Amino acid sequence: MGTVPAIEAIQVVKRYPRVTALDGVTLRIEPGEFFGLLGPNGAGKTTLISIVAGLARATSGRVTVMGHDVVSDYRRARRCLGVVPQELVFDPFFTVRETLRIQSGYFGLRRNDDWIDEVIANLDLGPKADANMRSLSGGMKRRVLVAQALVHRPPVMVLDEPTAGVDVELRQGLWHFVRRLNKDGHTIVLTTHYLEEAQQMCGRIAMLRAGRIVAMAPTRELLARLSGIQLALKVRGALPAQLVPQLVEHSGDRYVLKVPQPADVESVLAACRTAGCQIEDLEVGHADLEDVFLQVMSDEARKAA
Amino acid sequence: MRRVEPNALRPASAADGLPADAEQAALWAGFRTLLYKEVLRFWKVSFQTIAAPVLTGALYLLVFGHVLDRHVEAFQGVRYSAFLVPGLVMMSLLQNAFANSSSSLIQSKIMGNLVFVLLPPLSHLEFFAAYALSSMLRGVVVGLGVLAVTSFVALPPVGAPAWIVVFALLGAALLGVLGIIAGILSDKFDQLAAFQNFIIMPATFLSGVFYSVHSLAPFWQALSRLNPFFYMIDGFRYGFFAQSDVDPWQSLAVVTVALLAASAIAIGMLARGYKLRG
Repeated sequence: MGTVPAIEAIQVVKRYPRVTALDGVTLRIEPGEFFGLLGPNGAGKTTLISIVAGLARATSGRVTVMGHDVVSDYRRARRCLGVVPQELVFDPFFTVRETLRIQSGYFGLRRNDDWIDEVIANLDLGPKADANMRSLSGGMKRRVLVAQALVHRPPVMVLDEPTAGVDVELRQGLWHFVRRLNKDGHTIVLTTHYLEEAQQMCGRIAMLRAGRIVAMAPTRELLARLSGIQLALKVRGALPAQLVPQLVEHSGDRYVLKVPQPADVESVLAACRTAGCQIEDLEVGHADLEDVFLQVMSDEARKAA
Repeated sequence: MRRVEPNALRPASAADGLPADAEQAALWAGFRTLLYKEVLRFWKVSFQTIAAPVLTGALYLLVFGHVLDRHVEAFQGVRYSAFLVPGLVMMSLLQNAFANSSSSLIQSKIMGNLVFVLLPPLSHLEFFAAYALSSMLRGVVVGLGVLAVTSFVALPPVGAPAWIVVFALLGAALLGVLGIIAGILSDKFDQLAAFQNFIIMPATFLSGVFYSVHSLAPFWQALSRLNPFFYMIDGFRYGFFAQSDVDPWQSLAVVTVALLAASAIAIGMLARGYKLRG
């Protein structure tokens, strides 16, 4: 590919004395993508982000941001990157505007007030611009964190679980804003526990487990992987034996079956009829990312066992 | 967050990129901003960071001066109160230079906001210089404050002003750098308090702030000479009385070597990201 990747990680390993946090992660995120990084706690998402941001150093492997190595060319790499950290951190000594001016100055931009005003307006921080950080609500502090990540106009934005512990209204506002940033040309990398959000927002998703990427594909493909259709049946009597391979979930007399094509629903019903198994209730649905996620994670756990 | 969008927040494109010389300028801008932030940090709480230690210094002079003025003559022909002033000034200066960098770092680590300094393209040298210089500034401001207040009670002569400036700056720098090291090493406030209470406090108290080491038994005199703080106080005091326990050039050599060694350790830690970049 001719374009410079927004973020590229090649065989990144991060070992701590007692644990291997990343075990050879390779991925490439293209400019303009909305990329999701999913995984259970301790999977290595934050470690990977920390290495991209220069907050941690890889034991081996290489990471670039917009083509700049995060170690040997860290100045350029960091200038291209805005990071919204997971924790709700702030400096209690300063006001919102001071915080943004100082952050901008760290990036070498000391006369940046026009842009800072723009960011303040966009995040609706205007009324609080001269308030001390301590006096802000959690939601407002979160917005300031987003603003801080934007002060140097980075082409790549990383958001590490930005909606953890955030109320519904703010979460939606935040997503609306981040989607706009993406539309305006920012590459967005997102880690989240809310799979529903990842499904709505991300064009492509990587799933991490125990420091390794276990699935990486466009969100649509990932969803298709677990079949297009799920058929939930409540039956009287045993499920016909030939349907057992399609079984995804089973509790009591309720069975969830994987069905490749809509037309195949009919063959499931026919099999039940032939076997004399009476259907009491029937529901047709689509797999969501949560199903894919659970499926991938349990497959991997089985492989590891 | 508003639904009616103002201007688009476009990222800087390659065309907006900084040319090479501007990057050089930006490099200094980053350092200057960090220095400004560190100074603003202590200035905003100056009641606690400047006024309080000045008051403490004045109280030391009032109490010790009152009790000992008629009984002790540390240097010949010098009133004890006057002898005490430079020591108190230097002690306050050293303690506050240490407190500045160490408490700033530990607070930022515990609050988690150190990340704001670690994410930007600041080099370890910029980091080092900004924290060291801001600590020096706080130390010198507190030292001047103590001098101003205590001079109402007892004004020492000024025999060799150049030495005063040299030792004030070197001492503030050394303690500012030691504060960086302590701040990096500590993970909790009580660990930092241990540095302060078990190393910095005893070393300053036993450095000859309150006495001339010549009044000590030979063993304690010899022990005092192993304490770098002794040379800072002694050299600084030479600037006032033009007399001291050891040659000021020797003191200068010891303090300079200590500063270089501490700086090398601090810069090495920062370059490796020791305890800062996991």
